Amino acid sequence: MRRVVITGMGAISPFGRGVEELIDGFLNDRSAIKVLDRLSDYDGLRTRLAALVPGVNDKDIARNKRRSMSRQSIFAVLAAREALNQAALPEALYDSGRYGVALGTTISSLETCENFFADHLVDKSFSRMKTSLFFKTMNHSAATNVAQFFGLNGRLLAPAAACATGCQALGYAYEMIKFGIQEAMVCGGTEEFHPLSAATFDLMNAASFRYNEEPTQASRPFDRRRDGVVCGEGAGVLVLEELTAAENRGAHILAEIIGFATLTETGSIAEPSSAAMQLCMLEALASAGVEPGAIDYVNAHATATEKGDIAEAQALLELFGEEVPISSLKGHLGHTLAASGGLETIATVAMMQRGELWPTRNLEEIDPDCVGPNIFSGVRKGSVNLVLKNNFALGGVNSCLVLKSVDKL
Amino acid sequence: MTDVEIISLVNDSLIEEFELDESAMVSEAEIFADLGLDSLDIVDMVVVLEGLLEIKIRDDEGLREIRTLGDIHRFVITKKRETETAAD
Repeated sequence: MRRVVITGMGAISPFGRGVEELIDGFLNDRSAIKVLDRLSDYDGLRTRLAALVPGVNDKDIARNKRRSMSRQSIFAVLAAREALNQAALPEALYDSGRYGVALGTTISSLETCENFFADHLVDKSFSRMKTSLFFKTMNHSAATNVAQFFGLNGRLLAPAAACATGCQALGYAYEMIKFGIQEAMVCGGTEEFHPLSAATFDLMNAASFRYNEEPTQASRPFDRRRDGVVCGEGAGVLVLEELTAAENRGAHILAEIIGFATLTETGSIAEPSSAAMQLCMLEALASAGVEPGAIDYVNAHATATEKGDIAEAQALLELFGEEVPISSLKGHLGHTLAASGGLETIATVAMMQRGELWPTRNLEEIDPDCVGPNIFSGVRKGSVNLVLKNNFALGGVNSCLVLKSVDKL
Repeated sequence: MTDVEIISLVNDSLIEEFELDESAMVSEAEIFADLGLDSLDIVDMVVVLEGLLEIKIRDDEGLREIRTLGDIHRFVITKKRETETAAD
């Protein structure tokens, strides 16, 4: 079976532009969450918090390319550029049909839709509609913008599974290469913040608002005083390629993906299911040929919702007992939704490379219902060779990746 | 609105919409080769010009004859005058 390695990573995150900025945010234990004053304009919205990407200069992208890009497509292109620069795949093969793109969003660009309909509904006229509207709001807009921008003409996948989108995209890309359909894939997820995302979580009593006056205290995965998600934005994009090809061209290999599973919980479209999460983790481990006891670290999905964190903690306890270290990075970054799978995988690879594990920010007192699994405090040092990465989503979609460090290749 | 005012308004609008360089806005500039626009841009340009000058040009066969910025100016000035005459 063909093996699949990561050779490039790119990030646009609430910590800033680039993987280095992302890692720097974790190393300095920063919170990317801020008060967004304009949220107070909305009736019926309790949260005032968001984790937005600061200062992206979209003029970096030529106008004739940018005209079809919403903000989330721009994030994706910039992150993909960083990942491709690092991977240094032979550009002569970009149009070989062997390099593809797997990249998704939670939903098409709401900002673009809002701007259009605000004008359109005044008189229901289409006479002011521009061609860019459709290209910015296609369900595969971000994916195809990345493909078009770089001239990657292989398979184009645009998975949409809300908060599991990025993880699914990485998994589907991994399978494309593993089964010999593609040689390399640019993959991940991207998300632009819109108040509707925050309102959706708020409506379900799953958005944080008790920390509106203390934004850096908001987003508290597994903590007793957690009160929900803080929505964020960004893009996390990776380059995956077949191991032998990467070795033959002397690529710098960052980590290996050795397992993936994505399953659907059909009992409820919204309620998290511990059993379904556990089954997905087990399937991912089985696909990797790894026993739970061999895992050195679990990067949890844990978004700081009441039910989701408990369901995941219970699944982790049953599967991994009390020893395997576990943390969530959403205390730092908030929940970047479709981007979270890519951004958190990049951070996880960085932890593997550095031989250290970053704890869950804002976890001060663990929720009694989350007690049991080793949700650790403080930075941990030591080798990190095998990792499980979880991302779960509304809509019943669960997804898990298994990563292996370069040391164990 | 004078012809000069229309030309100025059109140029400013095209500069903003298509991020064009002001120095490139000469009447002999070819819209594809010199201004770097393409067929999608032309569709959007029609939307912009219709809104800007309150004219209807989308179905006008004359659009097909446009090659240069000067052609655009002459075309929309003619259409603007026709619209004004019709309104009178």
